[in-house]
Amino acid sequence: MDAPPKISLDGLSKTFASRSGLVTALDNVSLNIAPGTFCVVVGPSGCGKTTLLRIVAGLEERTSGNFSIRRDDRSRPLNAMVFQGDSIFPWMNVWDNAAYGLKLRGVSAPQIREIVSHYLDRTGLRRFAEYYPHQLSGGMRQRVSIARAFANDPEVLFMDEPFSALDEQNKLLLQEELLRIWEEHKKTVIFITHSVDEAVTLGDKIVIMTASPGRIKAVVDVNLPRPRNILELRRDREFGELVFQIWGYLRTEVDAARAQVN
Amino acid sequence: MKPLLERHGDRLIGVLSPILLLIVWELLVRFHWISAQFFPAPSSIAVTFVKLARTGDLWLNVGVSLRRLLLGFIIGGVPGLLLGIVMGLSRPIRLFIEPLIASTYPIPKSALLPLVLLIFGLGESSKIAMVAMGVFYPVIMNTVTGVLQISKIYFDVGTNFGAGRWKTFRTIALPGAAPFIITGVKLGIGMGLILISIAEMVGADSGLGYMIWNAWQLMDVETMYVGLFMIAFLGFVFTLLLDEIERWLLPWRAA
Repeated sequence: MDAPPKISLDGLSKTFASRSGLVTALDNVSLNIAPGTFCVVVGPSGCGKTTLLRIVAGLEERTSGNFSIRRDDRSRPLNAMVFQGDSIFPWMNVWDNAAYGLKLRGVSAPQIREIVSHYLDRTGLRRFAEYYPHQLSGGMRQRVSIARAFANDPEVLFMDEPFSALDEQNKLLLQEELLRIWEEHKKTVIFITHSVDEAVTLGDKIVIMTASPGRIKAVVDVNLPRPRNILELRRDREFGELVFQIWGYLRTEVDAARAQVN
Repeated sequence: MKPLLERHGDRLIGVLSPILLLIVWELLVRFHWISAQFFPAPSSIAVTFVKLARTGDLWLNVGVSLRRLLLGFIIGGVPGLLLGIVMGLSRPIRLFIEPLIASTYPIPKSALLPLVLLIFGLGESSKIAMVAMGVFYPVIMNTVTGVLQISKIYFDVGTNFGAGRWKTFRTIALPGAAPFIITGVKLGIGMGLILISIAEMVGADSGLGYMIWNAWQLMDVETMYVGLFMIAFLGFVFTLLLDEIERWLLPWRAA
Protein backbone atom coordinates (compact mmCIF):
# COMPACT_ATOMS: atom_id res chain seq x y z
CA MET A 1 0.00 0.00 0.00
CA ASP A 2 2.98 2.25 0.53
CA ALA A 3 3.77 2.94 -3.11
CA PRO A 4 5.89 6.05 -3.69
CA PRO A 5 3.63 9.07 -4.02
CA LYS A 6 2.52 10.17 -7.47
CA ILE A 7 2.31 13.77 -6.42
CA SER A 8 4.15 15.28 -3.52
CA LEU A 9 4.07 18.82 -2.24
CA ASP A 10 6.77 19.93 0.13
CA GLY A 11 6.39 23.19 2.01
CA LEU A 12 4.69 24.91 -0.92
CA SER A 13 4.09 28.62 -0.34
CA LYS A 14 2.86 31.46 -2.44
CA THR A 15 2.91 35.15 -1.64
CA PHE A 16 1.25 37.81 -3.76
CA ALA A 17 2.03 41.49 -3.77
CA SER A 18 -1.18 43.45 -3.40
CA ARG A 19 -2.05 47.06 -2.73
CA SER A 20 -2.28 46.46 1.01
CA GLY A 21 1.08 44.71 1.14
CA LEU A 22 2.05 41.07 0.83
CA VAL A 23 -0.70 38.50 0.92
CA THR A 24 0.11 34.91 1.71
CA ALA A 25 -2.15 32.71 -0.37
CA LEU A 26 -0.49 29.41 0.46
CA ASP A 27 1.50 28.72 3.55
CA ASN A 28 3.77 25.72 3.83
CA VAL A 29 1.54 23.11 2.21
CA SER A 30 2.94 19.57 2.31
CA LEU A 31 1.07 16.58 1.00
CA ASN A 32 1.67 13.19 -0.56
CA ILE A 33 -0.81 11.67 -2.94
CA ALA A 34 -0.50 7.98 -3.78
CA PRO A 35 -0.97 6.82 -7.39
CA GLY A 36 -4.59 6.32 -8.38
CA THR A 37 -5.93 8.48 -5.57
CA PHE A 38 -8.87 10.77 -6.14
CA CYS A 39 -7.81 13.60 -3.90
CA VAL A 40 -10.27 16.40 -3.17
CA VAL A 41 -9.18 19.72 -1.72
CA VAL A 42 -11.96 21.56 0.05
CA GLY A 43 -11.85 24.93 1.74
CA PRO A 44 -13.57 28.30 2.03
CA SER A 45 -13.46 30.75 -0.88
CA GLY A 46 -10.16 32.54 -1.16
CA CYS A 47 -8.18 29.91 0.71
CA GLY A 48 -5.71 29.46 -2.12
CA LYS A 49 -7.05 26.13 -3.43
CA THR A 50 -7.00 27.33 -7.01
CA THR A 51 -3.54 28.83 -6.55
CA LEU A 52 -2.32 25.49 -5.29
CA LEU A 53 -3.65 23.74 -8.35
CA ARG A 54 -2.31 26.33 -10.75
CA ILE A 55 1.16 25.97 -9.26
CA VAL A 56 1.30 22.21 -9.62
CA ALA A 57 -0.17 22.53 -13.13
CA GLY A 58 2.70 24.85 -14.05
CA LEU A 59 0.48 27.87 -14.69
CA GLU A 60 1.83 29.88 -11.80
CA GLU A 61 5.16 30.22 -10.01
CA ARG A 62 5.59 29.20 -6.41
CA THR A 63 7.28 31.51 -3.92
CA SER A 64 8.99 28.75 -1.98
CA GLY A 65 8.82 25.04 -1.35
CA ASN A 66 8.78 22.24 -3.86
CA PHE A 67 6.51 19.85 -5.62
CA SER A 68 6.98 16.88 -7.86
CA ILE A 69 4.83 14.71 -10.03
CA ARG A 70 6.33 11.32 -10.70
CA ARG A 71 6.53 10.46 -14.38
CA ASP A 72 5.76 6.88 -15.33
CA ASP A 73 5.49 7.25 -19.07
CA ARG A 74 7.46 9.85 -20.99
CA SER A 75 5.17 9.65 -24.00
CA ARG A 76 2.19 11.00 -22.07
CA PRO A 77 1.62 14.58 -20.97
CA LEU A 78 2.18 15.23 -17.30
CA ASN A 79 -1.13 16.86 -16.49
CA ALA A 80 -4.38 18.08 -17.97
CA MET A 81 -6.64 20.54 -16.28
CA VAL A 82 -10.39 20.95 -16.25
CA PHE A 83 -10.84 24.64 -15.60
CA GLN A 84 -13.46 26.46 -13.60
CA GLY A 85 -16.00 28.11 -15.87
CA ASP A 86 -16.02 28.20 -19.65
CA SER A 87 -12.67 27.14 -21.00
CA ILE A 88 -13.50 25.28 -24.19
CA PHE A 89 -12.68 27.25 -27.32
CA PRO A 90 -15.77 28.95 -28.79
CA TRP A 91 -14.16 28.79 -32.25
CA MET A 92 -13.83 25.01 -32.29
CA ASN A 93 -16.65 22.52 -32.45
CA VAL A 94 -17.05 19.85 -29.79
CA TRP A 95 -14.93 17.33 -31.66
CA ASP A 96 -11.99 19.68 -32.24
CA ASN A 97 -12.13 20.88 -28.65
CA ALA A 98 -11.96 17.32 -27.34
CA ALA A 99 -9.13 16.51 -29.76
CA TYR A 100 -7.14 19.65 -28.87
CA GLY A 101 -4.42 18.08 -26.72
CA LEU A 102 -4.01 15.08 -29.01
CA LYS A 103 -3.62 17.29 -32.07
CA LEU A 104 -1.03 19.45 -30.34
CA ARG A 105 0.94 16.34 -29.46
CA GLY A 106 0.82 15.16 -33.06
CA VAL A 107 -1.05 11.92 -32.38
CA SER A 108 -2.00 10.14 -35.61
CA ALA A 109 -5.41 10.90 -37.09
CA PRO A 110 -6.88 7.39 -36.76
CA GLN A 111 -5.80 7.28 -33.11
CA ILE A 112 -7.33 10.68 -32.45
CA ARG A 113 -10.54 9.50 -34.04
CA GLU A 114 -10.65 6.43 -31.83
CA ILE A 115 -9.82 8.22 -28.58
CA VAL A 116 -12.05 11.23 -29.13
CA SER A 117 -15.05 9.16 -30.14
CA HIS A 118 -14.57 7.03 -27.05
CA TYR A 119 -14.67 10.00 -24.71
CA LEU A 120 -17.48 11.73 -26.59
CA ASP A 121 -19.44 8.51 -26.17
CA ARG A 122 -18.63 8.38 -22.49
CA THR A 123 -19.75 11.96 -21.95
CA GLY A 124 -22.86 11.60 -24.12
CA LEU A 125 -21.58 14.18 -26.59
CA ARG A 126 -21.36 11.97 -29.68
CA ARG A 127 -24.43 13.51 -31.30
CA PHE A 128 -23.09 16.98 -30.67
CA ALA A 129 -19.64 16.50 -32.18
CA GLU A 130 -20.29 19.14 -34.84
CA TYR A 131 -21.86 21.64 -32.46
CA TYR A 132 -20.16 24.83 -31.44
CA PRO A 133 -20.00 25.77 -27.73
CA HIS A 134 -22.57 28.56 -28.07
CA GLN A 135 -25.11 25.93 -29.07
CA LEU A 136 -24.56 23.92 -25.88
CA SER A 137 -25.75 24.30 -22.29
CA GLY A 138 -23.31 24.97 -19.46
CA GLY A 139 -23.38 21.30 -18.43
CA MET A 140 -22.60 20.16 -21.95
CA ARG A 141 -19.73 22.60 -22.24
CA GLN A 142 -18.21 21.29 -19.01
CA ARG A 143 -18.55 17.75 -20.38
CA VAL A 144 -16.49 18.82 -23.37
CA SER A 145 -13.86 20.18 -21.02
CA ILE A 146 -13.77 16.85 -19.18
CA ALA A 147 -13.58 14.90 -22.43
CA ARG A 148 -10.71 17.13 -23.59
CA ALA A 149 -8.73 16.49 -20.40
CA PHE A 150 -9.33 12.71 -20.35
CA ALA A 151 -8.70 12.31 -24.07
CA ASN A 152 -5.22 13.79 -23.68
CA ASP A 153 -4.45 10.84 -21.36
CA PRO A 154 -2.33 12.74 -18.84
CA GLU A 155 -0.43 11.19 -15.95
CA VAL A 156 -2.47 13.22 -13.49
CA LEU A 157 -5.72 15.15 -13.77
CA PHE A 158 -6.42 18.50 -12.18
CA MET A 159 -9.95 19.78 -11.79
CA ASP A 160 -10.64 23.27 -10.54
CA GLU A 161 -14.22 23.50 -9.27
CA PRO A 162 -15.44 22.15 -12.59
CA PHE A 163 -19.08 21.91 -11.54
CA SER A 164 -19.44 25.03 -9.42
CA ALA A 165 -21.36 26.96 -12.08
CA LEU A 166 -23.87 24.19 -12.69
CA ASP A 167 -27.30 23.69 -11.19
CA GLU A 168 -27.81 20.94 -8.63
CA GLN A 169 -29.26 18.36 -11.02
CA ASN A 170 -26.61 18.83 -13.66
CA LYS A 171 -23.96 18.70 -10.98
CA LEU A 172 -25.11 15.26 -9.79
CA LEU A 173 -25.25 13.94 -13.34
CA LEU A 174 -21.77 15.15 -14.11
CA GLN A 175 -20.33 13.83 -10.87
CA GLU A 176 -21.74 10.43 -11.75
CA GLU A 177 -20.33 10.58 -15.28
CA LEU A 178 -16.97 11.75 -14.00
CA LEU A 179 -16.74 8.83 -11.59
CA ARG A 180 -17.68 6.38 -14.34
CA ILE A 181 -14.99 7.69 -16.68
CA TRP A 182 -12.44 7.90 -13.90
CA GLU A 183 -13.06 4.25 -12.92
CA GLU A 184 -11.74 3.16 -16.33
CA HIS A 185 -8.13 4.09 -15.61
CA LYS A 186 -8.11 5.43 -12.05
CA LYS A 187 -5.75 8.27 -12.75
CA THR A 188 -4.40 10.32 -9.89
CA VAL A 189 -6.68 13.33 -9.51
CA ILE A 190 -6.60 16.58 -7.58
CA PHE A 191 -10.10 18.00 -7.51
CA ILE A 192 -10.83 21.41 -6.01
CA THR A 193 -14.25 22.21 -4.60
CA HIS A 194 -15.98 24.23 -1.93
CA SER A 195 -18.75 21.67 -1.62
CA VAL A 196 -18.36 19.16 1.21
CA ASP A 197 -20.99 16.91 -0.37
CA GLU A 198 -19.08 16.82 -3.61
CA ALA A 199 -15.82 16.11 -1.81
CA VAL A 200 -17.18 13.07 0.03
CA THR A 201 -19.04 11.82 -3.02
CA LEU A 202 -15.97 11.81 -5.24
CA GLY A 203 -12.87 11.54 -3.12
CA ASP A 204 -10.61 8.90 -1.61
CA LYS A 205 -8.73 11.50 0.34
CA ILE A 206 -10.05 14.87 1.40
CA VAL A 207 -7.74 17.74 2.23
CA ILE A 208 -9.35 20.50 4.26
CA MET A 209 -7.74 23.90 3.97
CA THR A 210 -7.84 26.88 6.29
CA ALA A 211 -8.99 30.34 5.29
CA SER A 212 -6.26 32.65 4.13
CA PRO A 213 -3.43 32.04 4.50
CA GLY A 214 -4.15 28.61 3.01
CA ARG A 215 -2.78 25.83 5.13
CA ILE A 216 -3.77 22.21 5.45
CA LYS A 217 -6.07 21.86 8.41
CA ALA A 218 -6.84 18.16 8.20
CA VAL A 219 -6.72 15.20 5.87
CA VAL A 220 -9.59 12.73 5.94
CA ASP A 221 -9.53 9.36 4.21
CA VAL A 222 -12.77 8.21 2.65
CA ASN A 223 -13.19 4.48 2.54
CA LEU A 224 -16.59 4.33 0.89
CA PRO A 225 -16.56 1.42 -1.56
CA ARG A 226 -16.24 1.94 -5.30
CA PRO A 227 -17.83 2.05 -7.77
CA ARG A 228 -20.05 4.50 -5.96
CA ASN A 229 -23.68 5.06 -6.62
CA ILE A 230 -24.30 8.73 -6.05
CA LEU A 231 -27.94 8.22 -5.17
CA GLU A 232 -27.30 5.35 -2.76
CA LEU A 233 -24.53 7.32 -1.08
CA ARG A 234 -27.08 9.84 0.11
CA ARG A 235 -28.59 7.38 2.58
CA ASP A 236 -25.29 5.83 3.62
CA ARG A 237 -24.57 6.38 7.31
CA GLU A 238 -20.82 6.70 6.79
CA PHE A 239 -21.36 9.30 4.08
CA GLY A 240 -23.44 11.37 6.48
CA GLU A 241 -20.86 11.12 9.19
CA LEU A 242 -18.01 12.13 6.89
CA VAL A 243 -19.96 15.15 5.70
CA PHE A 244 -20.66 16.05 9.33
CA GLN A 245 -17.03 15.61 10.34
CA ILE A 246 -15.65 17.69 7.48
CA TRP A 247 -18.21 20.39 8.07
CA GLY A 248 -16.98 20.52 11.62
CA TYR A 249 -13.45 21.27 10.41
CA LEU A 250 -14.65 23.75 7.87
CA ARG A 251 -17.11 25.63 10.00
CA THR A 252 -14.52 27.60 11.93
CA GLU A 253 -12.66 28.33 8.69
CA VAL A 254 -15.74 29.62 6.91
CA ASP A 255 -16.47 31.86 9.89
CA ALA A 256 -12.88 33.06 9.87
CA ALA A 257 -13.03 33.78 6.14
CA ARG A 258 -16.22 35.77 6.63
CA ALA A 259 -14.69 37.73 9.50
CA GLN A 260 -11.78 38.71 7.25
CA VAL A 261 -14.12 40.01 4.57
CA ASN A 262 -16.13 42.12 7.00
CA MET B 1 -47.93 35.43 -53.47
CA LYS B 2 -48.28 36.46 -49.87
CA PRO B 3 -45.73 34.02 -48.40
CA LEU B 4 -43.24 35.17 -51.04
CA LEU B 5 -43.74 38.76 -49.98
CA GLU B 6 -43.39 37.80 -46.34
CA ARG B 7 -40.23 35.85 -46.96
CA HIS B 8 -38.55 38.50 -49.07
CA GLY B 9 -40.39 41.52 -47.71
CA ASP B 10 -37.40 43.11 -46.00
CA ARG B 11 -35.18 42.63 -49.00
CA LEU B 12 -37.86 44.00 -51.35
CA ILE B 13 -38.18 47.16 -49.31
CA GLY B 14 -34.41 47.51 -49.41
CA VAL B 15 -34.35 47.29 -53.20
CA LEU B 16 -37.34 49.57 -53.55
CA SER B 17 -35.74 52.80 -52.34
CA PRO B 18 -32.82 52.93 -54.83
CA ILE B 19 -35.20 52.09 -57.72
CA LEU B 20 -37.60 54.78 -56.58
CA LEU B 21 -34.76 57.30 -56.42
CA LEU B 22 -33.71 56.44 -59.99
CA ILE B 23 -37.28 56.84 -61.26
CA VAL B 24 -37.74 60.20 -59.53
CA TRP B 25 -34.36 61.34 -60.83
CA GLU B 26 -35.24 60.32 -64.39
CA LEU B 27 -38.56 62.14 -64.22
CA LEU B 28 -36.99 65.29 -62.77
CA VAL B 29 -34.56 65.45 -65.69
CA ARG B 30 -37.23 64.66 -68.29
CA PHE B 31 -39.39 67.51 -66.99
CA HIS B 32 -36.36 69.82 -66.83
CA TRP B 33 -36.71 70.42 -63.13
CA ILE B 34 -33.05 69.72 -62.61
CA SER B 35 -30.21 70.41 -64.98
CA ALA B 36 -29.08 67.50 -67.13
CA GLN B 37 -25.71 69.20 -67.26
CA PHE B 38 -25.04 68.31 -63.62
CA PHE B 39 -27.46 65.44 -63.16
CA PRO B 40 -27.72 63.52 -66.41
CA ALA B 41 -30.72 61.17 -66.53
CA PRO B 42 -30.05 57.63 -65.34
CA SER B 43 -31.04 56.43 -68.81
CA SER B 44 -28.29 58.46 -70.49
CA ILE B 45 -25.78 57.31 -67.85
CA ALA B 46 -26.79 53.76 -68.73
CA VAL B 47 -26.20 54.48 -72.43
CA THR B 48 -22.73 55.82 -71.64
CA PHE B 49 -22.09 52.78 -69.45
CA VAL B 50 -22.90 50.41 -72.33
CA LYS B 51 -20.74 52.46 -74.69
CA LEU B 52 -17.74 52.43 -72.32
CA ALA B 53 -18.25 48.76 -71.58
CA ARG B 54 -18.24 47.99 -75.32
CA THR B 55 -15.04 49.86 -76.07
CA GLY B 56 -13.41 48.13 -73.10
CA ASP B 57 -12.29 51.44 -71.56
CA LEU B 58 -14.40 50.84 -68.49
CA TRP B 59 -13.08 47.34 -67.83
CA LEU B 60 -9.54 48.48 -68.35
CA ASN B 61 -9.95 51.14 -65.67
CA VAL B 62 -11.83 48.83 -63.30
CA GLY B 63 -9.16 46.17 -63.76
CA VAL B 64 -6.31 48.57 -63.04
CA SER B 65 -8.01 49.89 -59.90
CA LEU B 66 -8.82 46.38 -58.69
CA ARG B 67 -5.23 45.29 -59.13
CA ARG B 68 -3.95 48.26 -57.13
CA LEU B 69 -6.57 47.63 -54.45
CA LEU B 70 -5.65 43.96 -54.19
CA LEU B 71 -1.89 44.54 -54.02
CA GLY B 72 -2.29 47.42 -51.56
CA PHE B 73 -4.65 45.29 -49.51
CA ILE B 74 -2.10 42.48 -49.24
CA ILE B 75 0.89 44.76 -48.65
CA GLY B 76 -0.92 46.71 -45.94
CA GLY B 77 -3.18 44.01 -44.52
CA VAL B 78 -0.80 41.10 -43.98
CA PRO B 79 1.81 43.05 -41.96
CA GLY B 80 -1.02 44.74 -40.07
CA LEU B 81 -2.46 41.37 -39.16
CA LEU B 82 0.83 39.75 -38.14
CA LEU B 83 2.14 42.75 -36.25
CA GLY B 84 -1.25 43.18 -34.59
CA ILE B 85 -1.22 39.64 -33.27
CA VAL B 86 2.37 39.89 -32.06
CA MET B 87 1.48 43.15 -30.30
CA GLY B 88 -1.57 41.52 -28.75
CA LEU B 89 0.47 38.60 -27.44
CA SER B 90 3.55 40.47 -26.23
CA ARG B 91 3.19 43.35 -23.83
CA PRO B 92 6.69 44.81 -24.33
CA ILE B 93 6.30 44.82 -28.12
CA ARG B 94 2.87 46.40 -27.75
CA LEU B 95 4.19 49.13 -25.48
CA PHE B 96 7.03 49.75 -27.91
CA ILE B 97 4.98 50.02 -31.10
CA GLU B 98 1.72 51.48 -29.81
CA PRO B 99 2.97 55.10 -29.61
CA LEU B 100 4.10 54.91 -33.24
CA ILE B 101 0.67 53.77 -34.35
CA ALA B 102 -1.18 56.21 -32.13
CA SER B 103 0.84 59.19 -33.34
CA THR B 104 0.69 58.43 -37.06
CA TYR B 105 -2.89 57.20 -37.24
CA PRO B 106 -4.55 60.64 -36.96
CA ILE B 107 -2.70 61.98 -40.03
CA PRO B 108 -5.23 61.95 -42.88
CA LYS B 109 -3.81 59.48 -45.36
CA SER B 110 -4.95 61.70 -48.23
CA ALA B 111 -2.66 64.45 -46.92
CA LEU B 112 0.26 62.09 -47.38
CA LEU B 113 -0.33 61.72 -51.11
CA PRO B 114 2.25 64.38 -52.14
CA LEU B 115 4.85 62.74 -49.94
CA VAL B 116 3.98 59.32 -51.30
CA LEU B 117 4.27 60.65 -54.86
CA LEU B 118 7.61 62.14 -53.97
CA ILE B 119 8.89 58.86 -52.62
CA PHE B 120 7.29 56.38 -55.00
CA GLY B 121 6.93 58.48 -58.13
CA LEU B 122 3.96 58.60 -60.47
CA GLY B 123 3.90 54.87 -61.22
CA GLU B 124 1.92 52.00 -59.77
CA SER B 125 3.75 51.87 -56.46
CA SER B 126 2.45 55.21 -55.18
CA LYS B 127 -1.18 54.10 -55.68
CA ILE B 128 -0.53 50.75 -54.07
CA ALA B 129 1.23 52.44 -51.16
CA MET B 130 -1.77 54.70 -50.57
CA VAL B 131 -4.13 51.73 -50.40
CA ALA B 132 -1.70 49.82 -48.19
CA MET B 133 -1.60 52.67 -45.69
CA GLY B 134 -5.36 52.88 -45.62
CA VAL B 135 -5.72 49.14 -44.97
CA PHE B 136 -2.84 48.83 -42.50
CA TYR B 137 -4.21 51.00 -39.70
CA PRO B 138 -7.70 49.59 -39.23
CA VAL B 139 -6.37 46.02 -39.56
CA ILE B 140 -3.57 46.41 -37.01
CA MET B 141 -5.69 48.32 -34.50
CA ASN B 142 -8.59 45.91 -34.67
CA THR B 143 -6.29 42.91 -34.51
CA VAL B 144 -4.59 44.17 -31.34
CA THR B 145 -7.98 44.78 -29.73
CA GLY B 146 -9.12 41.37 -30.95
CA VAL B 147 -6.23 39.54 -29.32
CA LEU B 148 -6.49 41.55 -26.10
CA GLN B 149 -10.15 40.72 -25.62
CA ILE B 150 -9.51 36.96 -25.74
CA SER B 151 -10.22 35.64 -22.26
CA LYS B 152 -7.05 34.72 -20.38
CA ILE B 153 -8.40 31.28 -19.60
CA TYR B 154 -7.95 30.20 -23.25
CA PHE B 155 -4.23 31.00 -23.08
CA ASP B 156 -4.05 29.03 -19.83
CA VAL B 157 -5.62 26.10 -21.64
CA GLY B 158 -3.02 26.45 -24.39
CA THR B 159 -0.18 26.47 -21.86
CA ASN B 160 -1.69 23.54 -19.99
CA PHE B 161 -1.95 21.47 -23.16
CA GLY B 162 1.58 22.36 -24.19
CA ALA B 163 0.91 24.78 -27.05
CA GLY B 164 4.10 26.53 -28.12
CA ARG B 165 4.30 29.98 -29.68
CA TRP B 166 3.19 28.95 -33.14
CA LYS B 167 0.31 26.75 -31.92
CA THR B 168 -0.85 29.47 -29.55
CA PHE B 169 -0.93 31.83 -32.50
CA ARG B 170 -2.69 29.36 -34.80
CA THR B 171 -5.21 27.82 -32.42
CA ILE B 172 -5.96 30.66 -29.99
CA ALA B 173 -4.84 34.17 -30.94
CA LEU B 174 -5.80 34.08 -34.61
CA PRO B 175 -9.24 32.44 -34.35
CA GLY B 176 -10.03 34.29 -31.13
CA ALA B 177 -9.28 37.65 -32.71
CA ALA B 178 -10.85 36.76 -36.07
CA PRO B 179 -14.17 38.61 -35.57
CA PHE B 180 -12.25 41.82 -34.83
CA ILE B 181 -9.82 41.22 -37.67
CA ILE B 182 -12.69 40.92 -40.14
CA THR B 183 -14.14 44.18 -38.89
CA GLY B 184 -10.72 45.75 -39.43
CA VAL B 185 -10.55 44.36 -42.95
CA LYS B 186 -13.99 45.78 -43.76
CA LEU B 187 -12.98 49.22 -42.53
CA GLY B 188 -9.67 48.89 -44.36
CA ILE B 189 -11.31 48.13 -47.68
CA GLY B 190 -13.56 51.16 -47.32
CA MET B 191 -10.49 53.27 -46.62
CA GLY B 192 -8.71 51.66 -49.59
CA LEU B 193 -11.51 52.66 -51.95
CA ILE B 194 -11.36 56.26 -50.79
CA LEU B 195 -7.60 56.45 -51.15
CA ILE B 196 -7.39 54.72 -54.52
CA SER B 197 -9.86 57.26 -55.96
CA ILE B 198 -7.85 60.18 -54.64
CA ALA B 199 -4.49 58.71 -55.69
CA GLU B 200 -5.71 58.01 -59.21
CA MET B 201 -7.02 61.52 -59.67
CA VAL B 202 -3.50 62.89 -59.33
CA GLY B 203 -0.88 61.80 -61.78
CA ALA B 204 -2.45 58.64 -63.10
CA ASP B 205 -3.49 57.70 -66.61
CA SER B 206 -5.72 54.79 -65.77
CA GLY B 207 -8.09 53.56 -63.04
CA LEU B 208 -11.53 54.62 -61.90
CA GLY B 209 -10.22 57.72 -60.12
CA TYR B 210 -8.48 58.80 -63.32
CA MET B 211 -11.64 58.11 -65.30
CA ILE B 212 -13.68 60.39 -63.03
CA TRP B 213 -11.05 63.15 -63.01
CA ASN B 214 -10.53 62.97 -66.75
CA ALA B 215 -14.30 63.14 -67.31
CA TRP B 216 -14.40 66.36 -65.28
CA GLN B 217 -11.68 67.90 -67.43
CA LEU B 218 -13.56 66.93 -70.61
CA MET B 219 -16.92 67.97 -69.08
CA ASP B 220 -18.12 64.45 -69.85
CA VAL B 221 -20.57 64.26 -66.95
CA GLU B 222 -22.11 60.90 -67.93
CA THR B 223 -18.71 59.17 -67.83
CA MET B 224 -18.09 60.74 -64.44
CA TYR B 225 -21.30 59.19 -63.14
CA VAL B 226 -20.40 55.81 -64.60
CA GLY B 227 -17.15 55.98 -62.63
CA LEU B 228 -18.97 56.93 -59.44
CA PHE B 229 -21.47 54.13 -59.87
CA MET B 230 -18.68 51.63 -60.51
CA ILE B 231 -16.89 52.61 -57.30
CA ALA B 232 -20.13 52.38 -55.34
CA PHE B 233 -20.78 49.01 -56.92
CA LEU B 234 -17.29 47.73 -56.03
CA GLY B 235 -17.78 48.81 -52.42
CA PHE B 236 -21.12 47.04 -52.34
CA VAL B 237 -19.69 43.83 -53.80
CA PHE B 238 -16.76 43.85 -51.35
CA THR B 239 -19.18 44.19 -48.44
CA LEU B 240 -21.27 41.24 -49.65
CA LEU B 241 -18.15 39.20 -50.26
CA LEU B 242 -16.73 39.90 -46.81
CA ASP B 243 -20.04 39.11 -45.14
CA GLU B 244 -19.98 35.78 -46.94
CA ILE B 245 -16.34 35.13 -45.97
CA GLU B 246 -17.21 36.03 -42.39
CA ARG B 247 -20.03 33.49 -42.30
CA TRP B 248 -17.72 30.90 -43.77
CA LEU B 249 -14.72 31.62 -41.52
CA LEU B 250 -16.63 32.16 -38.31
CA PRO B 251 -19.35 29.54 -38.09
CA TRP B 252 -18.93 29.62 -34.32
CA ARG B 253 -20.36 33.10 -33.90
CA ALA B 254 -23.84 32.93 -32.38
CA ALA B 255 -26.34 33.91 -35.07
